Amino acid sequence: MAYKLIGKDFTPPDLVAKVTGSAKYAGDFRADGMASIKVLGSPMPHAKVKSIDLSKAEAMPGVLATLVPEDVKQPGPAGMAILSSEPAYVGQPIVAIAAENEQLAADALAAIEVELEPLPFCIDPLESLKPDGPNALTGGNVVGRDVEFQEVKWSGKDFALAGEDGLPQGKVPVEWAFGDVDAAFDAAAVVVEETFVHSSNAHHAMEPRSAAAYWENGKCHVWGSTQSTAFAQPGLAKMIGISPAELVFVAEYCGGGFGGKASAYPLMVLPALMSKKMGGRPAMLRVSRAEEYYNGYARAGFQGWGKLGFNKEGRLTAADVFVVQDLGTTTGFWDFNNVGAAISIVFQPESMRFRAIPVLTNTVPKGAQRGPGENQAANMLEPLFDKAARELGIDRVAIRSINAPGEGGKDAKYGAKQGPVTSAYLKEALANGAEQFNWSERSKASGQRNGSKVRGYGVASAYHSAGAAGFDGLVRLSPDGKLHIHTGVGNLGTFSYASTSRVAAEVLGMAWENCIIERGGTTKNLPWNFGQFGSNTSFTMSRTNFAAATDAKNKLLEIAAMELGGAADDYKLENEMVVATADAGKSMSFADCAKKAIDLGGKFSGMEAPEDINPMTAASVAGLAGSGLIGVSKDNMPKTATVPALAAGFIEIDLDLETGKYEILDYLGVADCGVVMHPQGLAAQIRSGAIMGFGLATTERHIYDPEYGRPNAIGLYQAKPKTYLDVPAALQWAAVDLPDEQSPLGSKGIGEPVEGCASAALLCAISDALGGHMFNRTPVVTDMIINAAAGLPQSHKPLQTNCQ
Amino acid sequence: MNEDLMPYDPTVDYTGEPAIKEITPDGSKHIPPWKPLNLTRRRFLQGVVCSGIAVSSTAILFTSGTRPARADARAVERLITLNVNGRKRNVDVAPNETLAHTLRYGLNLIGTKVGCNRAECGACAVMADGVSIYSCSTLTHRIKNKSITTIEGIADSDGTLHPVQQAFIDELGPQCGFCTPGQVVTAVSFLKENPNPTVDEARMAMSGNLCRCGAYDHYLKGVMKASEKV
Repeated sequence: MAYKLIGKDFTPPDLVAKVTGSAKYAGDFRADGMASIKVLGSPMPHAKVKSIDLSKAEAMPGVLATLVPEDVKQPGPAGMAILSSEPAYVGQPIVAIAAENEQLAADALAAIEVELEPLPFCIDPLESLKPDGPNALTGGNVVGRDVEFQEVKWSGKDFALAGEDGLPQGKVPVEWAFGDVDAAFDAAAVVVEETFVHSSNAHHAMEPRSAAAYWENGKCHVWGSTQSTAFAQPGLAKMIGISPAELVFVAEYCGGGFGGKASAYPLMVLPALMSKKMGGRPAMLRVSRAEEYYNGYARAGFQGWGKLGFNKEGRLTAADVFVVQDLGTTTGFWDFNNVGAAISIVFQPESMRFRAIPVLTNTVPKGAQRGPGENQAANMLEPLFDKAARELGIDRVAIRSINAPGEGGKDAKYGAKQGPVTSAYLKEALANGAEQFNWSERSKASGQRNGSKVRGYGVASAYHSAGAAGFDGLVRLSPDGKLHIHTGVGNLGTFSYASTSRVAAEVLGMAWENCIIERGGTTKNLPWNFGQFGSNTSFTMSRTNFAAATDAKNKLLEIAAMELGGAADDYKLENEMVVATADAGKSMSFADCAKKAIDLGGKFSGMEAPEDINPMTAASVAGLAGSGLIGVSKDNMPKTATVPALAAGFIEIDLDLETGKYEILDYLGVADCGVVMHPQGLAAQIRSGAIMGFGLATTERHIYDPEYGRPNAIGLYQAKPKTYLDVPAALQWAAVDLPDEQSPLGSKGIGEPVEGCASAALLCAISDALGGHMFNRTPVVTDMIINAAAGLPQSHKPLQTNCQ
Repeated sequence: MNEDLMPYDPTVDYTGEPAIKEITPDGSKHIPPWKPLNLTRRRFLQGVVCSGIAVSSTAILFTSGTRPARADARAVERLITLNVNGRKRNVDVAPNETLAHTLRYGLNLIGTKVGCNRAECGACAVMADGVSIYSCSTLTHRIKNKSITTIEGIADSDGTLHPVQQAFIDELGPQCGFCTPGQVVTAVSFLKENPNPTVDEARMAMSGNLCRCGAYDHYLKGVMKASEKV
């Protein structure tokens, strides 16, 4: 179906502010008399605070207030503390201090005397699982979603059975299976089996998460950096300890999140608490790059083992996967669940067993990072598919295509419960990509030598769930005929806040020039929206905006019928007018309808609101009441299945066997994201997601000193994201562009799998250039390539993590 | 069903009671009485600053998260005149103060971003006499005789965007936008020096500007497009 706005490029309204420097990020706000906050982080990976002596610091001129762990409320077990008396990673905040300026705060911080008693620590999950291994937190080493905080130790026998380089497989809190896995392995034509490691890596958003706050007239005002505006607000209020109505929250721009700023977080709370202690005086916590590393989360690492069984046609008949997740010091994210789910949908195994154990370590807290679990699954498992393809003599695209969900996903199954999906076109994405990339011809050059360089090819797929339901939409037609689209989704930089707002304009047939997006803070009367994470916006927010615009449309038709006679059904919307279908002379402009709505009051002007909307939306409707025609609705449309975002990546590289350096010659990413809403925005996501994926595959990783537990990859240059020179000047993209039936205009999200398919494709290409060498480790760094090319042993043990 | 999509939300581990146990203002002698924002403090401060007699204390610094390095900021600030975006601006500057800090906290030119504060990322790029420099790693006193152009000074005074800015919009260069001011400044500086670059030259010139979103492809297309118009 052809749309006026959907599927067309446009200029998102925040772009001018971004290129002129007028965009205000959290650290850019100023208030008179703003005090500076500095935080004292733990110098040890695990310690008990014995005493804190603030006397010298508090006597220093310009020091305004201090906060110690006893002053602030503490989270439940394995929660992320605001300030901690048992710091469990280097850099964890212990004391905060506010002073007239940052220098004075820093000086005062240096004068604080903290006595710490070192506690046992661990940076390797498997070490913690050993019979006498250290616990990262007092009282336990295992926790997770639906997993109680507990101590788990595997037996010496578990470790002995695995041998020195094998993955011990002791008791786990997460286990599920479907089909007869053992029988399927017995009948398999080819079985491949490997252990693997996936490193943790920092989010390292360009904007460190500064925050500022003040209190005025009983309300707390917070400027924070988050991917989500409406969704972050209640949680932030809860952490501060006030009702959502008492919190004014502004988050207009977010300087990069990638999951690390998905919602509210403890560091964002500190200025509000400090300001409260200072009688409401504004206070800013400016966060340094190192502090961003300590407190900005990271992708969870894994140690794992996988065994895949195929029949001779290449169909995956059995999968058995066991993963140990590195949580860092908090409950963190359930990457482990997502590993199993991703395998189940991308490869559609006929039988599968999945086991997982999330383990605490004294490394920085882990949060969701772009494709949390799903992208690690791609990096860990896709190379095994290549190994099987080689043994079976099947083309590497073909073996993926044989197993991929396609044809809309009618036979596709998802997760432990093998539930349905709303749409899936991965098979089509692989086919389109193979054709556009000319895979079958080009990949014949695999292994071709040119001096010290070898040509390599890779293909891989990835998944993330891509949509939610049940949130609210809110639009307002003002008497000047403008459509105000209120969106609380957040501004991560994908521009989906804008492309999904266009759904409302599309439904009402509005010219985009006459639309205003109201966003950026709770002062904008926001509806209750889901956050901008989890590749969900293009589905979730299309639905909410569709619902709100449909409500506005119905009200427009009703008003016209009231004013001009007849029934609502007798009218249609055309060029921002309500026009009688049978008589074009009978019409009313949207502007006049908005004026009439104000006169009519009730539901038309927001004096009344639907009962099923969220209190946040209800408050926003009340705030707008009487100012125009209000379209407001909860998204009650059916959502009966998991919404999958799927993507496939194709890559060509030259690998230099002497230097270990690779050059990406060409990359193509293909998305199954339903109907393409904003081609340029999608292109940007596919390309930039790939670039982030290349870093994930080959350079980015956490490194800790095993002796002292101190991190050694804090700075950007150590971490190390890709630069202009590491990637091709141009990357290719394509989309299947077929609708998801449960999205009103057919769109669904895509942001995450476009990274995972690229990183896994690059890993596969490096292996391909080396004749199928299995690294079983992400990232594959230069020295590993040199060792492999020279036939030398690697300098790390197969399951070693965090210190390679 | 939505649970599958929930982010790691540390707030779930907290209860809703007040976060600080001591909620009344600390009455100790160090805390001056704080006046609400709507008073005339701003005007008072502006008056003092304009008269040049105030000793401002804008010393701002980044330190590591574990132990702050003590910078010697008690050295006397000096009032200097900086030529920024074609205007002469008087500002108090400490001897150890970086240009990024002077711009952001002395002159409130917040378009210049600080991403790393150690010359790794380029978010702080500004031009000194037309050359792109990392303002986070340049002492203000060292370049006080140079003409500084920040992101705020790139567009014409009537708001007409520079071709680089327009091209970045047309090519959807920015994503999160935090690195964008630095990308714009570096591109403008580069095209002044080399108005007809090859893609590889542009890539090399831009390589000191990190973009964690990974929007290099789009920025590069923007630089090449702008090169047709400068």
